[in-house]
Amino acid sequence: MVKYILKRLLFIFVTLWIIVTCTFFMMKQLPGTPFDAERFSIMTPAQQESMLEMYGLNDPVPVQYVKYIGNILHGDLGTSFSYVNQDVGSVIAGRLKPSALIGLQAVLIGLAIGLVLGILAAWKHNSGIDYLTMILAVLGVSVPNFVAAALLQYYIGLKWGILPIGFWTSWNCSVLPSIALSFSATAMVARFMRTEMLDVLDQDYIVTARAKGISQMQVLMRHAVKNSILPVVTILGPIVVNLMTGSLAVENIYSIPGIGSLFVDCIKANDYPVIMGITIFYAAFYMLVVLLVDLVYSMIDPRIRLTKGKED
Amino acid sequence: MGKILEVNHLTIHIKTHKGTVQAVRDVSFCLNEQETLAVVGESGSGKSITMKGIMGILPKNGKVTEGSVLYDGKELTKLTERQMQNVRGSEIAMVFQDPMTSLNPTMRVGKQIEEMLRAHKKDMTSEQRKKRGLELLELVGISNPEERYRQYPHQLSGGMRQRVVIAIALACEPKVLIADEPTTALDVTIQAQILDLMRSLQTKIKTSIIIITHNLGVVANIADRVAVMYGGKLVETGAVSDIFHNPLHEYTKGLLKSVPKAQEKGGRLQAIPGTPPDLMDPPKGCPFAARCMETMLVCQKFMPEDTDCSENHRSACWLLDERAGGVS
Amino acid sequence: MRNEAIEDSLFVKVKVKAEEKEHIAAPASGMIADAWLRLRKNKAAVVALFILIAIILLAVFAPVFSKYSFSDTDYGSVFAQPNADHIFGADQFGRDMWVRIWMGTRISLMIAAVAAVLDLVVGVLYGAVSALLGGRVDAVMQRIIEVLVGIPHLIIVILFLMAFPAGVGTIIAALSITGWVNMARLVRAEILKLKSQEFVMASQVLGSSKFYIIMKDLIPNTVGVIVINVMFTIPNAIFTEAFLSFIGIGLAEPQASLGVLINGGYQVLQNYPHVLIFPAVVIVLIMVCFSVLGDGLRDAMDPQMRK
Repeated sequence: MVKYILKRLLFIFVTLWIIVTCTFFMMKQLPGTPFDAERFSIMTPAQQESMLEMYGLNDPVPVQYVKYIGNILHGDLGTSFSYVNQDVGSVIAGRLKPSALIGLQAVLIGLAIGLVLGILAAWKHNSGIDYLTMILAVLGVSVPNFVAAALLQYYIGLKWGILPIGFWTSWNCSVLPSIALSFSATAMVARFMRTEMLDVLDQDYIVTARAKGISQMQVLMRHAVKNSILPVVTILGPIVVNLMTGSLAVENIYSIPGIGSLFVDCIKANDYPVIMGITIFYAAFYMLVVLLVDLVYSMIDPRIRLTKGKED
Repeated sequence: MGKILEVNHLTIHIKTHKGTVQAVRDVSFCLNEQETLAVVGESGSGKSITMKGIMGILPKNGKVTEGSVLYDGKELTKLTERQMQNVRGSEIAMVFQDPMTSLNPTMRVGKQIEEMLRAHKKDMTSEQRKKRGLELLELVGISNPEERYRQYPHQLSGGMRQRVVIAIALACEPKVLIADEPTTALDVTIQAQILDLMRSLQTKIKTSIIIITHNLGVVANIADRVAVMYGGKLVETGAVSDIFHNPLHEYTKGLLKSVPKAQEKGGRLQAIPGTPPDLMDPPKGCPFAARCMETMLVCQKFMPEDTDCSENHRSACWLLDERAGGVS
Repeated sequence: MRNEAIEDSLFVKVKVKAEEKEHIAAPASGMIADAWLRLRKNKAAVVALFILIAIILLAVFAPVFSKYSFSDTDYGSVFAQPNADHIFGADQFGRDMWVRIWMGTRISLMIAAVAAVLDLVVGVLYGAVSALLGGRVDAVMQRIIEVLVGIPHLIIVILFLMAFPAGVGTIIAALSITGWVNMARLVRAEILKLKSQEFVMASQVLGSSKFYIIMKDLIPNTVGVIVINVMFTIPNAIFTEAFLSFIGIGLAEPQASLGVLINGGYQVLQNYPHVLIFPAVVIVLIMVCFSVLGDGLRDAMDPQMRK
């Protein structure tokens, strides 16, 4: 088990290194500097030199690369171009909380509604609630999150004035973005749970359970739901990716000071150190989530054994 | 010996998206105390559905439309789901075909046994339940039960799992045990062990057994009486010796002929040509008429009635009518 | 026992030939024909198919037959509400939304279609080579895929878009750079599954050549997986393009893709919601139809999976 985790962690590091290397050299090929071209050109050569020095841009590219990797290993992601004198790590850290809150709330909403819908739909297969769930599941993945976010903002925030249309002043501000983000998560969970549980309900051990003379509720909860809810853990990885990318648009729409909006701002401002920092952060976070999901799943589901070949 | 279970004119329909399947049609039979009845017939003949109908565990789209199931004087088809739950498991228990899939994969073996006790022996304490569970594992011949008790089904072999399934079924000492092809999914050597186990437990617990099988070897090994089903109908019932030595229905005869015999080396296996009737639109007459070598016009038009031939030996075949040109 | 209602004359033996008992109920039909028959029974999928065909026809012909072009400005009808002249109204430059939306649909669909074809070619080749060669080659190819899977796709797409000048070609390239991975994994898994199945072994035992097995046993049986996956990559590509244009790093004005239009609509949502609503409805409709049709195809091609 420990060996397995170490192997996975090593693989994550290798992957991160490849990502860092690729993005680093790609960034170096990009046109434009963080400096305003006009102002930069009227500086004296000495001033220009010190500016480049400050951002570590006057070394040859390979040297910059080695320095950059060295710094990363020390936890230093460099200095932001657009946030003057701030290092990338603290810029990102400062934006973490809103994104984490919205993302977490979206996951919770998605799980709560998705699981209930999925269970009901499978239990009452081919009933009204089943069709409703399927329609919601299709809509949930078909309505782009930025469209949903824009419409929620317009109707609930602007026209009816129930909730704030954006910004980050109180918890209320997090409600609409969380809901907007949660749609696709809800759809994914509902659909997965429904399919999984329909499959379980067809299994022989459900008939065995019924033949025992225990109540229908017990058959449902103890046998059907328990066996179908465990695999839902495995779609947390895709859900996290979905939320990460969704937050790029949603945070912008609601003017949330989170990582998603930071990323988009920095892309527009050519703030390469922050872009790289966020890329590394996203990739590392995602891979850790996937690793965690695998570990948790293997622990809660006796059917799964992590290391291959031990299955009988 | 009294009758413990009496099934009269049981009819079960299953609704599918293509139409209604008349899976069980007017089936009547009885089970005596401490007797073993074997139900034989090919796949789709309605054996399993009949048993599920008796237990009240038909799939959602299935329904008993007619007939009665009398258990110990109680009419089971009239019971509410709740009342039926008290019968299931404690009075009538069931063992299923495939031990690989009939145990809950995420529940420890011990807990699956205890669940049965928890449902029907409400006054048991948890220690008593555990003690009884271990006893049961020992009873069905599982070594180091303490260890097995904590394991999950996938850690057990197929034969062991079937023993666990039997232990669960016998947990409340039911009066009737229905075993739906309990040995089909197992290795031949394990099959004999499981049959031996069932026989010895029957005398210990004094239960009656209905065993579904299409293996006539199993029938000869364990059964007292045999019921033969075809196309959702019961075509012949009788003592094992009657069925084996003096089969009356043409389907039973075909079935017996199709068993390969060791002494007839090199001969072709005798199959019954044709396929079973479509139960979505079953024939008006005898279900076997289309495949029978002795078919008469009457067979295609009218359903043969159950005819007593000797004590406890009945068959539904027009050839038994005196007007038929001599029974072959 | 004697049932007098039945005539004695009926007790006559019927002669039946043994071979007549063995008849086959329905003629065998091919996989594609079979799938089509099943798909036709799925009403939702058929409706989705017709809506998609209608949308594609509109995207191709609506701009051609309109008196406006997608970039014609008319300051007399700035933000016009939907009316007889402008069916979907007009935007802040008085450009006709009807034409712009179908123009945008055309570009979005084209991007998605080309990206899907590239995914298909690269993914199928990669997956097939990986599965068929096996061994070292397979191991290396799988490691490469694992690295790519480790990064959220949209991040790669965004980084790629930063490095190259924005445009339809760049977006297609960006979408394809990550899109094929899924296809490759599916095709590889399917081929490995097929390879271990009895009918392929039977073919080997009967002496079929490797090439014959690939052409006759493996490829036809992976078609289902491939087609279904394409049905899901197209809406994905449409979504991604729209997403990128919406956050401002995809296509830009005056070009019209659905994402550009939604972005434009969002800017004026407060006062002129119709500029957002119409393109939003079209994109949702496209996504829903592909999704429903994809589900329908999956059910039709794999009846055992049906739920």
